[in-house]
Amino acid sequence: MKKGRKSVSPVRLYRHYISIIVRSKMLDKKSFFLYSAGMFLTSFCVFLSIFFMFQRFHQVKGFTFREVLLCYGIVLMGFTLAEIFGKGLERFPRMVRAGEFDRILLRPRGTILQILGSQFELGRASRCLHALIVFLYGISGSGLCWTWQKILIVTGMLAGCCTLFCGLFLMYAALSFFTLEGLEFMHIFTYGLNEHGAYPMGIYGKEVLWITTFIIPFAPVQYYPLLYLLDRRQEAYLAFMPLLAFLFLIPCILLWRLGVRHYQSSGS
Amino acid sequence: MGKYFSFFRLRLVTGLQYRTAAFGGIITQFFWGFMRIIALLAFYESDPSAYPLTLEETSAYIWLQQAFLVLLSARIFDGEILNAVKSGSIAYELCRPVRIYDMWFARETAVRLSGAWLRCIPVLAVALLLPNPFGLSAPADPLCFLMFILTLTLGLLVAVAYNMLIYVSGFYTVSTDGLKLLAASVADFLTGGLIPLPFFPGGVRQVLELLPYAAMQNVPLRAYSGNLAGEELLRALLLQIFWFAALTIAGKLLCDHAEKRITVQGG
Repeated sequence: MKKGRKSVSPVRLYRHYISIIVRSKMLDKKSFFLYSAGMFLTSFCVFLSIFFMFQRFHQVKGFTFREVLLCYGIVLMGFTLAEIFGKGLERFPRMVRAGEFDRILLRPRGTILQILGSQFELGRASRCLHALIVFLYGISGSGLCWTWQKILIVTGMLAGCCTLFCGLFLMYAALSFFTLEGLEFMHIFTYGLNEHGAYPMGIYGKEVLWITTFIIPFAPVQYYPLLYLLDRRQEAYLAFMPLLAFLFLIPCILLWRLGVRHYQSSGS
Repeated sequence: MGKYFSFFRLRLVTGLQYRTAAFGGIITQFFWGFMRIIALLAFYESDPSAYPLTLEETSAYIWLQQAFLVLLSARIFDGEILNAVKSGSIAYELCRPVRIYDMWFARETAVRLSGAWLRCIPVLAVALLLPNPFGLSAPADPLCFLMFILTLTLGLLVAVAYNMLIYVSGFYTVSTDGLKLLAASVADFLTGGLIPLPFFPGGVRQVLELLPYAAMQNVPLRAYSGNLAGEELLRALLLQIFWFAALTIAGKLLCDHAEKRITVQGG
């Protein structure tokens, strides 16, 4: 950047990007509301299926309905927030294939900032609302005694979840530098963990718990702090485990950097 | 009839080329199948007496569901048809001396068949080799297998006829995104895509089994293991035929009506 020339701060630039996208979406209100309703309904159906399962079985591996809802609400909210802000990363493979990434490289701004600013899925906010309702319904009957520590843990779980999914979206985008197409198997970790992560990872047995602890740190944001939250285990370090999701961001960002260096334009 | 068969064959051959995409799908479907079965097993361990299926029937249901997902799922759409009205490409299709409904029907069926063909063999092969209770066991008897193939075919036809309604609605709404999402989420739940229909509470289940959604996945996936048999199966089969006829007639009527008042977009 030349000296003496004033540049817009990244935050303001991002806000500007988002406001353009939101205004354009608001031009077709009917479509927007239908989409929002569809998003709400999708997760409501998942909620109903959990409800029906618990009507029949009452508990699963010692977790009650309300406790599972607590877990489902946090995961869904974290995932949805990551999707709302990170949609650009998910669309990124198309951008690479169409050669649009060249344009981004030409601009004197961070690549990630511009890609994040290329999409904003406001329609998914309805799912966030649904997650909040599920979460509140879950805590209202779980008999938890709330202390400020527990509120902090829930916040940490939510932030960790959102960070983890953002990292996974970034990894998905970075891989497309090498393959030029979206790798569908990555959906296992994003959509898969969102859907199957409605239940505490512990119910899936030792092997799955091991993989989601040491390979993709999902259990550290979902299962272990939940155990502490529900007073199943007393070790204080469990409450800090969501921090691991932030560490997970480091390899994701490194992979992205490697990808950018590796990038050869594919467009015309 | 010949020209529709050509569309069908063309799409089938094209669809069979997408092997890398199918490979990604196979890995995803393995993972989904495993997680579903493990979760259901966890519920089984919590209260075996409340469990409505046997474990073998559960595994058969889940693996067949994953293997034939592309064939039966009501949440998979052909993007080209979906955007035909929005993008204006419908103009070309209207120029052709074919009936839009029949052409789309042939295309959609071919896309599903080719996608499922590439995916189902690896999934089924591995599922057959897995140990109990995770694996897919052989069909209960030859009759069950025959009924499975028959109901699978009808399930495919009902699913396609249902999707056709969404495509045709594009004539009226232009952008099908919202409607597609609404229809897909409802269908996924009501077909037994999230939990198999036998896990629904009694009253709800009885109503759902009458709907076209149950005709798509519920019937073939349970006929294979013999969980759905005898008179109950016969009734389900007749319902499948009924829904196929009803949805097709409704779709054709709507399509005919819409073709008379279509506005072509774009330039």
